[in-house]
Amino acid sequence: MSWLLRFTKSTIGLKVIMALSGLALFGFVIGHMLGNLQIYLGETTLDHYGESLKSNAGLLWIIRATLLGILTAHVVSSVKLVLRSKAARPQGYKQWKSKVSTYASRTMKMSGPIVLAFLVYHLLHFTVGFDSLGLGDTAVSTTIEHCSHVAAGELDCPVYANVIKGFSAPAIVAFYIFAQLLLGMHLGHGAYSMFRTLGLNNPRYDRLARAFATGVAVVIVVGNCSIPLAVLTGVVGG
Amino acid sequence: MNLTLHVWRQKGPNDSGAFETIQASGISEHMSFLEMLDFVNEKLESDGKQPIVFEHDCREGICGCCGFMINGQPHGGRPRTTVCQLHMREFSDGEELTLEPWRAAAFPVVKDLMVDRNAFDRIIEAGGYVSVRTGSPQDANALPIEKDHASRAFDAATCIGCGACVAACPNAAGMLFTGAKVTHLGLLPQGEPERYTRVVAMTEQHDAEGFGHCTNHGECSAYCPKGISLDVIARMNADLLKAQFKNRD
Repeated sequence: MSWLLRFTKSTIGLKVIMALSGLALFGFVIGHMLGNLQIYLGETTLDHYGESLKSNAGLLWIIRATLLGILTAHVVSSVKLVLRSKAARPQGYKQWKSKVSTYASRTMKMSGPIVLAFLVYHLLHFTVGFDSLGLGDTAVSTTIEHCSHVAAGELDCPVYANVIKGFSAPAIVAFYIFAQLLLGMHLGHGAYSMFRTLGLNNPRYDRLARAFATGVAVVIVVGNCSIPLAVLTGVVGG
Repeated sequence: MNLTLHVWRQKGPNDSGAFETIQASGISEHMSFLEMLDFVNEKLESDGKQPIVFEHDCREGICGCCGFMINGQPHGGRPRTTVCQLHMREFSDGEELTLEPWRAAAFPVVKDLMVDRNAFDRIIEAGGYVSVRTGSPQDANALPIEKDHASRAFDAATCIGCGACVAACPNAAGMLFTGAKVTHLGLLPQGEPERYTRVVAMTEQHDAEGFGHCTNHGECSAYCPKGISLDVIARMNADLLKAQFKNRD
């Protein structure tokens, strides 16, 4: 298996790990958004969705562990590549002009860590129930309600109510929107880059790949931002 | 025309180097950029100063020797133009120009604007060739080659190895250069037998030389004086991936 070790240590090998883990996380983000958009279908639907996710604790933890593993692979590979990139140009230019690179492509190493920091905040906020940055008016830890067992194997999850409470503060909503914009930029470049890293490109489909990456990134930003905005403006739960 | 040049001066590989401001006066717009530097150097030498060192050879845009940054752009930024083919009419009187060598750990500065690009040669030595048995020559057109393959291989083969791709890349990656060689040889029947061992050897040498990684910015291709497409990198990536299944050692 030494060939695999050699490949995964190589620059392109690390990029392939970034692309494959990125693809899995991209899929998760889409699934997560589609699940959450059920808030527009009403309290019962969203609560049932939450209950179905939580009903099989074993499966839930397997999925969580897998996602954590994939995220770790993505982050570790990116750190290794960024360090190599820094070492590849120890002395920078006095002047450097961009011709074609985009703001999104040049800021991947910044948008990534910020989105990761947001992810930690988001998990503490909705899964644990702790507003770690103190952005809300009242500590959300006291208002977020966890699922309760109503009968053997039956759960009651007040997901809808928690979302309304969670997005009651404008500062929290602003932080979520900021993070979603960065996530959109990150995914827009990342998804397009993935095709090239895996060698799946063809000049015939290049514009289609670019359009797909940008399009899905825009849908994710709009879909995810709509929820906190709808709650804050009273469209949902008002 | 008169220009103010801010030129990187470095006595040798171990010198820390610094920018020096040099006035260039009486420049003709018909001079090439290198002729302008020749002209400036004559003046420097007659004043008893060290001339500005820069690499050059053919001065017709095909050898790949010349190249440095002009105002933050490899070869000055004019599309598909090496610095020897860049003319002073592209600039205006009184302009200030910053001249810097390619900056990459794999391209150590030899002196002033000249860098050591032997790293590229070592990547070629690792696999950028086809092994040919000598003997009576084959009939020139006996080997059928698909037109599309021949065209793409030719496009990739126009790489002159000047290093502008490394200089332009925010990660100082040598991926466009390596990808061009892998694509050029791998697309042709003569290069097919060594296709998967070549891509492994060349990319490993690329990494060993200390080049960075590709983030698909596209700067390399945009500044390439031969307009090598970013597609060569994607093809190299695909070949390296396939090599993990094809190679048996």
